[in-house]
Amino acid sequence: MLLDVAPNLLAARSQMAFTLGFHIVLACLGVGLPTMVLIANAIGLRRSDPAALLLARRWSTVMAVTFAVGAVTGTVLSFEMGLLWPVLMGRFGGAFGIPFAIEGLFFFLEAIFIAIYIYGWRRLSPRAHLLSGIPVAIAGIGGTFSVVAANAWMNQPAGFVIGPDGRVAAVTPLEVIFNRATVYEVPHMLLAAYMVTGFLLASVYAVGLLRGHADRYVRLGFLIPFVLAAAAAPLQVAIGDVAARGILEDQPAKFAAMELIAVGGPHQPETIGGILVDGQVVGGIQIPNLASILAGFSPDTVLPGLDSIPIDEQPPTAIVHLSWNAMVGIGTALVLLGVWALGLRWRRRDYATARWFLRAASVAGFAAVAALEAGWIVTEVGRQPWVVFQILRTADAVTRAPGVETTFIAVVALYSALGIATLLALRALRRRWAAQDAAAGGRAVAVTDGAAGDESIPYGPHRHSERDPSA
Amino acid sequence: MSPVDLTAIVLWLGLTAYAVFGGADFGAGFWDLAAGDAERGASPRALIADAIGPVWEANHTWLIFDLVILWTAFPPAFAAIMSTLFVPLTLAALGIVLRGAAFAFRPVAEGATARRAANAVFAISSVLTPFFLGAAGGAIASGRVPAGNAAGDPWASWLNSTSVLVGLLAIATCAYLAAVFLVADARRQGRADLVGYFLRRATVAAVAAGGLAVAGIGVLRLDAPILADELARRGWPLVVASGVFGTAALVLLSRNAPRGTRVLAVAAVVSVVWGWGVAQYPDILPGSLSLADAAAPTGSLGALLVIFIVAALVIAPSLGLLYYLDQQSRLESHGVD
Repeated sequence: MLLDVAPNLLAARSQMAFTLGFHIVLACLGVGLPTMVLIANAIGLRRSDPAALLLARRWSTVMAVTFAVGAVTGTVLSFEMGLLWPVLMGRFGGAFGIPFAIEGLFFFLEAIFIAIYIYGWRRLSPRAHLLSGIPVAIAGIGGTFSVVAANAWMNQPAGFVIGPDGRVAAVTPLEVIFNRATVYEVPHMLLAAYMVTGFLLASVYAVGLLRGHADRYVRLGFLIPFVLAAAAAPLQVAIGDVAARGILEDQPAKFAAMELIAVGGPHQPETIGGILVDGQVVGGIQIPNLASILAGFSPDTVLPGLDSIPIDEQPPTAIVHLSWNAMVGIGTALVLLGVWALGLRWRRRDYATARWFLRAASVAGFAAVAALEAGWIVTEVGRQPWVVFQILRTADAVTRAPGVETTFIAVVALYSALGIATLLALRALRRRWAAQDAAAGGRAVAVTDGAAGDESIPYGPHRHSERDPSA
Repeated sequence: MSPVDLTAIVLWLGLTAYAVFGGADFGAGFWDLAAGDAERGASPRALIADAIGPVWEANHTWLIFDLVILWTAFPPAFAAIMSTLFVPLTLAALGIVLRGAAFAFRPVAEGATARRAANAVFAISSVLTPFFLGAAGGAIASGRVPAGNAAGDPWASWLNSTSVLVGLLAIATCAYLAAVFLVADARRQGRADLVGYFLRRATVAAVAAGGLAVAGIGVLRLDAPILADELARRGWPLVVASGVFGTAALVLLSRNAPRGTRVLAVAAVVSVVWGWGVAQYPDILPGSLSLADAAAPTGSLGALLVIFIVAALVIAPSLGLLYYLDQQSRLESHGVD
């Protein structure tokens, strides 16, 4: 029996990791973009600023594309919960499913109002249109809360009793939702969503500024997402610090892997880089006592090591530790990027001419995505070998259906094509807008003149009746 | 009524909503595929894109709703279905991704080749996905999905006469619903040519769906006698109702009198879905697992029912607003330009 399950396990874990790693970026955009769009839209209306309205309109088009791809890749994950992990769902669906049901509700709201917002630009009053976007931003937050609460439950399962048949026999829904890990996982993910969206969007306009386009449209396109993301970054470090201490208490094995602690005890160094070989740290830099000080504010703080964890309950250390380093390193760098921006402001230097700052900002988007993926790996791989922490092993949860290797290959091929197509679609949009701006005699004209064609007037009389019926 | 039965009704309501609204969107893709070359098909395709653009994501959400209710309320049934029907449901999931992504890329794509590729992917996956979902439904209804982790046959469970029949019936039903809805959309836009175009297609699809349904009675007798018996014993009023609604709609269509056909077509489809539910009650996996044995603890069902009530209070008016704005032409026909 072990023989026919083992090959599925690797393929199933790979497929889940691949599809989730893909979806998580779109999910972050789904949470972050509505807020950015609404801010631009509100600025545009309040100050009668055509540049802000044009940004809002164009960002909402990007949001339409990424939301659609996110909706369907999210659906695949719902299928995969059963296709790949039927034992997890069959035994624990009654508990674990509740936060997903709440997530379904929020997703429904999001899908409805995002359609009203995206398709309502010209036919709703500006005020009604702006209001229709608010439920989208709120539903994104609610959806993040619910789906991350479900993930937190896998790390800190609570609120149920297991019956004689191995299935949950009694469930207390609120304890399922508000488990110990929910408190730190949810804000960490939410801030990550704003950072990823903000730094990605800002990096597009940082490139524009580097190319010498410093009109109001590009400046605002940079500032709105950058300010939001840079404000989220220090909060994220603080929440991450709380999360790390939560993991120290709740999941010592994960913590020991993150910090690469082979033998527990006081005076633990902070290890940057390096891997464990036969219980010894090889390579990397060690800063004496720092891990103990960070965790308990004293070098005497005793930290758990892998030596106290049975070998068959240890997560893979190398990937967890290096991902943890990557996440913390990038997160710190992104905080410093915000400090840099404040420094420029303090010295009254225009950021739009600070080329090294803009260069750094133009790679911050990719860096934020890398930190997101690294953080996700720490959470998920760090939980192994458990799918439900200390209750159900991942190996025991996997499907016995034949063919997971085949579907994994098909999924990698399909998602690669999907990723490329998404990037091509976004590039096509950028080109189209550049062409529109050029046709209007430059964007400065396009956004102030108003005579440049309907793309530049997000609001106004709709053109339905004027459309050529045979078009 | 017990919480188990109430939750089962909620599950079936969601399934019905997906069959009607999601089904009509899939069917629109069928007509996109059947619209012919780029020149001839341009005008029906534009109507199709207008019709489903603002609503397909909301309609699609019913599927998520159903999956979530199924795995929370009847976890072992979900585990059995997803593991035995691994092949058709993986194909359905991939079809859903291809379809949604292609639809979103279509208006943005650069160049005729890219646009044609997006079109083709959208249309073909719109036809294949309901087939796989229907075949999975046929597998469950004919008792080929036993409880357990991949306990049923990975191939014979869904490659059999009942599954193939239900898969084809799903395609025909989706096409039928879509054509009837598109007649109304064309009428609203004042496109007399397209009203006639989709009226003819609605008639053909109605005949096809009706023919498959009648043929299905014979297939079920041979291939799934238990289901056929239960349909005849308890489900017959719904089977008869479906026939009556379907025939009435066909009569109206053939007289070029499309008023009322939307309601009749929907009623015919709803009757079939509920006929299936009634026939297999109180089992969720016929012959293997009852609703009561599959049900999650009362705490879970209670939470689901609370969530459902909140959803009814919040989602129903929101959906109503979306459909109202859409039908009043207060939403643009295309969100991307």
